[in-house]
Amino acid sequence: MIQFHNVSKEYPRSGLALSEATFRLRKGEFAFLTGPSGAGKSTILRLAYFEERPTLGEVRVSGVSSAAISRSEVARLRRKLGIVFQDFRLLDDRTAEANVAFALEVIGTKRDQIAPRVNRAMTQVGLASKMNAFPRELSGGEQQRVAIARALVNDPFVLIADEPTGNLDERATRSVFQLLRDINASGTAVLMATHDLELVRRADYRTIELDRGRIVFDSAETRPALGELT
Amino acid sequence: MRIAFRDALFAVRMAPLLSVLSVMTIGFSLFAFALFGLVAINIKRALERVEERVEIRAFVADGTPIEDILSAAQEIGRYGEVQSAKLVSQQQALERARRELGEFSDVFEEGVLPASIDVRMKPGSRDPRSVGAVASRVRTIAFVEDVRYGEEWITQLHRLRNIAGVTGIALGLAFAIVAVLIIGATIRMTVLARSKEISIMRLVGATDGFIRRPFLIEGFAKGIVGGMLALSLTWITAATLEHYLHFQALFFDDRLVGFGLAGGALIGFLGSAFAVGRHLRRI
Repeated sequence: MIQFHNVSKEYPRSGLALSEATFRLRKGEFAFLTGPSGAGKSTILRLAYFEERPTLGEVRVSGVSSAAISRSEVARLRRKLGIVFQDFRLLDDRTAEANVAFALEVIGTKRDQIAPRVNRAMTQVGLASKMNAFPRELSGGEQQRVAIARALVNDPFVLIADEPTGNLDERATRSVFQLLRDINASGTAVLMATHDLELVRRADYRTIELDRGRIVFDSAETRPALGELT
Repeated sequence: MRIAFRDALFAVRMAPLLSVLSVMTIGFSLFAFALFGLVAINIKRALERVEERVEIRAFVADGTPIEDILSAAQEIGRYGEVQSAKLVSQQQALERARRELGEFSDVFEEGVLPASIDVRMKPGSRDPRSVGAVASRVRTIAFVEDVRYGEEWITQLHRLRNIAGVTGIALGLAFAIVAVLIIGATIRMTVLARSKEISIMRLVGATDGFIRRPFLIEGFAKGIVGGMLALSLTWITAATLEHYLHFQALFFDDRLVGFGLAGGALIGFLGSAFAVGRHLRRI
């Protein structure tokens, strides 16, 4: 599904961000990417949705290789990925409904199919009653739910989440995380970068730990006691 | 395409001030260019009017049979550079001199002025070289005693025309480049104002073509409206000058008006294509 093979990423100014990363996210799997700031978590995610290309090695997503993918193929592949960020990235001048519908409109979904699919996604994230609210009228947790609805509306095979709870209070964090678990339980793989070790400890999911651009631990290879995670 | 039109309209509605600003920028940049164009076509027209007076006058020896002169005039009229060649008899020359010199009309007596063949040149052949060449050929006719065409005046006129032409092209290019740069910067501002929307579009899988479309429509429409604004301002300026300075200025004909509007639309379209293309390459 998502496969990293000896992937290194070096930036001209800041140097090596990722070094020889190799891992594989399987169908329907939930995996955390953890590690301190600058460890390379966001770099892995950006490589996974082809926002960046590796300096060395190969990233394969749904069988498509980073070595051969064109710009238009990236656009088409992203229609099968759901991407969520810490800062939500909603359009402030559109309602929650319009923000979710936007993801369908830009890929040319037929008009009569948009409303039912938006309804379904908004119901799935528990915001069916807030369809007409603008982002500024919603709490942080609700805004993140709208962003997740937008990511889900195209029925992605994987949800890529970069610190999705980073801007939320504890209650909203629990609620958004539960939503991600539900999404995973329904068959969508989740690759989530997070700082929140408490969250990682509570859930018994695969954990890939990074430090200074290297994968230093992958629970899929060795399964340590949860207390050993730092 | 429906979505592209809707998005373009939405963008204008959500940022009306920026839209008005970009239309005004396009309008005033094209206005400066159009004003220059108006001055240029009026100078060109004035020079053409002066050039129409370029004439070769071949004086004929007294006593030459009229048939011979007529035959020579017909022959000259067949030269490629010549528009017309006509006989001016002694009597007609006298009448013309009296008409032109007014209060000195009694100075001339009958038979004083010689008959002549007056040769007018075709447009495009009124330069010193062509006029001189025709004058030399006419001079070889046996009964032609003298040929005059104001050599120095034609040379000066030609030089003035060349200077006006080169200056016009250089200034026109400078105005056009400045207009394109200003318009390009304005359109870039509208693209940057929507950079968040563009990045989200890319994240959810929109192709570059889809992202470009509303910007191109918006740029095209703003270009046309800006072009109309520029033409209106130019027309008002020309009408005001005519009213207060009392001179009949030449305005753009329908073809040039169409060209101006199409130019505005093209600048808007290409400016948008360039600005959004550059933005897409960077993100």
